[in-house]
Amino acid sequence: MSALSSNGVLMLLAVAIPLFGAIAIVLLRRWPNAREAATLITGVALFVDVLMIACAMQGGATLNLVLARPIVGLPLELTVEPLGMLFALVASGLWIVTSVYSIGYMRAHREKSQTRFYAFFAVAIAATMGIAFAGNLLTLFVFYEALTLSTFPLVTHYGTSAAKRAGRIYLGILVGTSIGLFLIAIIGTYAVAGTLEFRSGGILDGKVTGGIAGLLLVLYVFGIGKAAVMPFHRWLPAAMVAPTPVSALLHAVAVVKAGVFSILKIVTYIFGFDLVRGLDATVALQIVAAFTVIAASLIAITQDNLKARLAYSTVSQLSYIVLAALIADRAGFLGGGMHIATHAFGKITLFFCAGAILVTAHKSRVSELDGLGRTMPWTMTAFLIGSLSIIGMPPLAGLWSKYYLIEGAWFGGSAWLVAIFAISTLLNIFYLLPIPFRAFFRSARADDSLVRREAPLACLLAIGITTLGCLMLFLFPDSILELLGGAITGGALP
Amino acid sequence: MIELYEFVIGHAIQWGAAALLAIGLYITMTRRNLIKKVVGLNIFQTAVFLLYIQMGYVTGGTAPIKEAGRTLYSNPLPHVLILTAIVVSVSVTSVALTLIVRIREAYGSIEEDDIVDLDASDADASA
Amino acid sequence: MRLLEHLPALIVAVPLVAAPICALLLRTRFPYWFAIAVAWATFAMALLLMEQVLSQGVVVYALGGWAPPWGIVYVVDPLSAMMLVLVSGMAAIIMPGTLLGIGSEVVRRAKRFFFAVTLLVLTGMLGIVMTGDAFNLYVFLEIASLASYALVAMGSDRRSLPAALNYLIQGTIGATFILIGVGLIYMVTGTLNMADMAGRIQTLEGSRPLQAALAFILVGAAIKFALFPAHIWLPNAYTHAPSMVSAFFGATATKLGAYILIRFIYTVFGDEFAFGHMGIAWVLIPAGVAGAILGSLVAIWQNDLKRMLAYSSIAQVGYIALGIGLDNRDGLIAAIVHIFNHGLMKGALFLVMASVILRLGGANMTQFRGLGRRMPLTMACFVVAGLSLIGVPLTVGFISKWYLVLGAIEAGLWPIAILVVASSLLAVIYMWRVIEVAYFETATDNRPIKEAPLQLLLPTAALALLCVLLGISTEFTVEIASRAVVFLDVGL
Repeated sequence: MSALSSNGVLMLLAVAIPLFGAIAIVLLRRWPNAREAATLITGVALFVDVLMIACAMQGGATLNLVLARPIVGLPLELTVEPLGMLFALVASGLWIVTSVYSIGYMRAHREKSQTRFYAFFAVAIAATMGIAFAGNLLTLFVFYEALTLSTFPLVTHYGTSAAKRAGRIYLGILVGTSIGLFLIAIIGTYAVAGTLEFRSGGILDGKVTGGIAGLLLVLYVFGIGKAAVMPFHRWLPAAMVAPTPVSALLHAVAVVKAGVFSILKIVTYIFGFDLVRGLDATVALQIVAAFTVIAASLIAITQDNLKARLAYSTVSQLSYIVLAALIADRAGFLGGGMHIATHAFGKITLFFCAGAILVTAHKSRVSELDGLGRTMPWTMTAFLIGSLSIIGMPPLAGLWSKYYLIEGAWFGGSAWLVAIFAISTLLNIFYLLPIPFRAFFRSARADDSLVRREAPLACLLAIGITTLGCLMLFLFPDSILELLGGAITGGALP
Repeated sequence: MIELYEFVIGHAIQWGAAALLAIGLYITMTRRNLIKKVVGLNIFQTAVFLLYIQMGYVTGGTAPIKEAGRTLYSNPLPHVLILTAIVVSVSVTSVALTLIVRIREAYGSIEEDDIVDLDASDADASA
Repeated sequence: MRLLEHLPALIVAVPLVAAPICALLLRTRFPYWFAIAVAWATFAMALLLMEQVLSQGVVVYALGGWAPPWGIVYVVDPLSAMMLVLVSGMAAIIMPGTLLGIGSEVVRRAKRFFFAVTLLVLTGMLGIVMTGDAFNLYVFLEIASLASYALVAMGSDRRSLPAALNYLIQGTIGATFILIGVGLIYMVTGTLNMADMAGRIQTLEGSRPLQAALAFILVGAAIKFALFPAHIWLPNAYTHAPSMVSAFFGATATKLGAYILIRFIYTVFGDEFAFGHMGIAWVLIPAGVAGAILGSLVAIWQNDLKRMLAYSSIAQVGYIALGIGLDNRDGLIAAIVHIFNHGLMKGALFLVMASVILRLGGANMTQFRGLGRRMPLTMACFVVAGLSLIGVPLTVGFISKWYLVLGAIEAGLWPIAILVVASSLLAVIYMWRVIEVAYFETATDNRPIKEAPLQLLLPTAALALLCVLLGISTEFTVEIASRAVVFLDVGL
């Protein structure tokens, strides 16, 4: 800890700012306006800090900070690499938007225990930053667990028996897989490789037999429960009992992306593409992930609860990224990385809209949305745009990630995956587009009032920003691609 | 035959100790009367005393007192050790008996079965 | 400093002499403050000894100036120094709260005897750890045990009496088995000094008395250690003992069994005889794993939380046994670190029970309803220590688990590694039951309940804090465990 460089301070702040924010939120609990101001200021400060880290990284500075040394030879270490940078930018940027949205949502909904909500939200963001900037696998694991525990009070926010049951599923699956499989894989990796550093080209290559490497890969993919690969996906729909801002940021962006981000990172920096491509287990896992893509989409079609439908859609989309990681080449990596960003913007928009519909029209089922396009035109338009982005329609961001995913699958020699992506795109259309169609083209039921009543302004503002994000990412994907490209140019890749 | 004889008779004291050990343990584990359990424990510990005492015995040796004409002494150390062990054993017995007295005061019985029944009915009453 | 040289003798002698003095002090407050002073003094001495060991290596002290093998020596190596710090530290930290903890539970006039007996337990435990003489170890073991039986019997409920008697019977069997083992070793080596025994055992590989000796000591220590299936005494003893006694025992009592086991296996018999020749891994690993799984499973179904913690102790003892049984460096480090770490977390958890019993009159699930709001600080400590018990990263439990799993994988025992983490998932279930009840349910009555008094809250908070601090920075625990392993080292 001695001799902190200014860059080290930046890294420390990325985790510390939200934690200080959480403390400030608790201290200001008696003055809701000041408390919300603290949330927003913290969010902006964090985003600025992350931007400064990004600039420093582009300037070629080495950013590294050792937090503690809990195990000999294995420090808790923060560092920057392109994929983590992207994840941190997305998560911290969207946190500001979500905070704006939460203020509108929580007040309109007259939620109880708002202080606890904002405080744990900030802690969860701190854990997310820790995951994004984790310098080795142990650090990643530590923050991964911290994220699970800090989101638990958010999932069980209402304290009802349904919330409690959901909390049990949430914790049971996430902690169960992470301790039962992920931790074993980490310790196993440490036992064979002698290190847990993230290194370009991997640390396992040449040190293990195919069997052990395959076993480790299986343990990682299933052990990272946050990636929601079937059969460990149940926690995500369960987590939908949480207030909508939680579902929006954490269960469409931070938590779930932390899972796939970890898988992407482990494939890239722990195994290395060459090793992964050569494993039999990879094909088996691809099949499981492909099955998840299709099956979750099919389940989504059957869900009438809007948030549940979106949750299953997320499960399906997450497995895109798992597939991208398992393709294990440049295009797959770019596609996976892009999808982290594009899906984040698309899905958060959809959740924001779902929350807005809930607080304004008090509707949570797809079948109740008839005619809502007339009473909440802005919200439903945003919903349509978000849906189209996730489906992958131009001119929206989702196109790019799908483009790279398909390119990776095609040139990676697994043409059958192209078919999977195609089918799942069709299914996307089936489960997403009926929602805005109902809202716009069906007439409202007789008992619904036709008075035009939009969501709270703060909510609309947030929805507007993320919708715009979907467009902007389509127009300017270069900076993200460049950022991600930097991660793998060092390796011996085509 | 000779070996067997040696094995059985030559280690007679050890056999005796082993038998006492087994008897003591058996009593402690199977009896439901608390006093009998403690008696078993005593027998069990006595077996160990025997084991130690025979250890120090040297054929033809006498007590280790320096005296003219005596050259062969038995080893005094195990005997001293066992004095300590006997003290421990007495303390254990006294603590055990004290506990039993208090159990008798609290439960009105020194039969383990009664005590278990009483505890079970307490649990039922409170539940 | 002449006094510093005599530390090894003083650390045992001070509580020994203090115990009868304590019994003679008449007013209630005197023995209380006196016992606190003695406990903290031993803690200070333990820290000084630790410092000496770390700076100069093993400290050997010949009692009364009689050189070994005639006299009794006290030997302090890193392992015993760590045990000293654990035992005396727990005594020191728990002692101030005892008056509250026992106030409602022990007959008023027995208080001074309570403190006297507690000091005797402390004497015995410290003696076990210090001595380098096998028979002396037995004597100290009996001092500690006899006093422990008396302490358990001081519980408020009459059920503490049969619990104490059962503890006495099984404890005596265990200690006597150790005595038999020591006698058998003496028979073939002609010495009681552990170092001399070790030297002579190496030349006596096939000796049958030695084999029997190892078997007796293994079983005897396993009973003291509450290693499954020799754990029967533990649940009742911990449940019905006065709560502060449970806290002290939960943190230390079984650990001494572990210490005796490690000391005999590695220092006296040697790794090669114990593992290579006798194959005790075949006992320790299955018993450890079975204890870890079954103990946690049974803990899930308990309604009385003190009993739940008692079963959890059996599970944790299983980890320690497994670590010893793995017979590699990381496994042994895990065992030693876990002895210390588990002491911290179980101490904290039992102290929470003490606070709850003090304020609510019991520690059943029903009393925990809504406790998160009624006693927020106490429950916060419970959550921290509970997370540590589960083995969440950045807590001490994670460190132990890390080394244990690493040791298992290095030994090529992947299934064992998986069973270890599986049992820690069971810990998630039984801890979470409590956390849910405390935070999501509302209390059944609306009596105003105060937060625990400072004498209880401060020690609880201190232990909970240590659970985190020593999980982030492991220089102290792992470093000492590594050194201990070096000293115990026989071909690891």
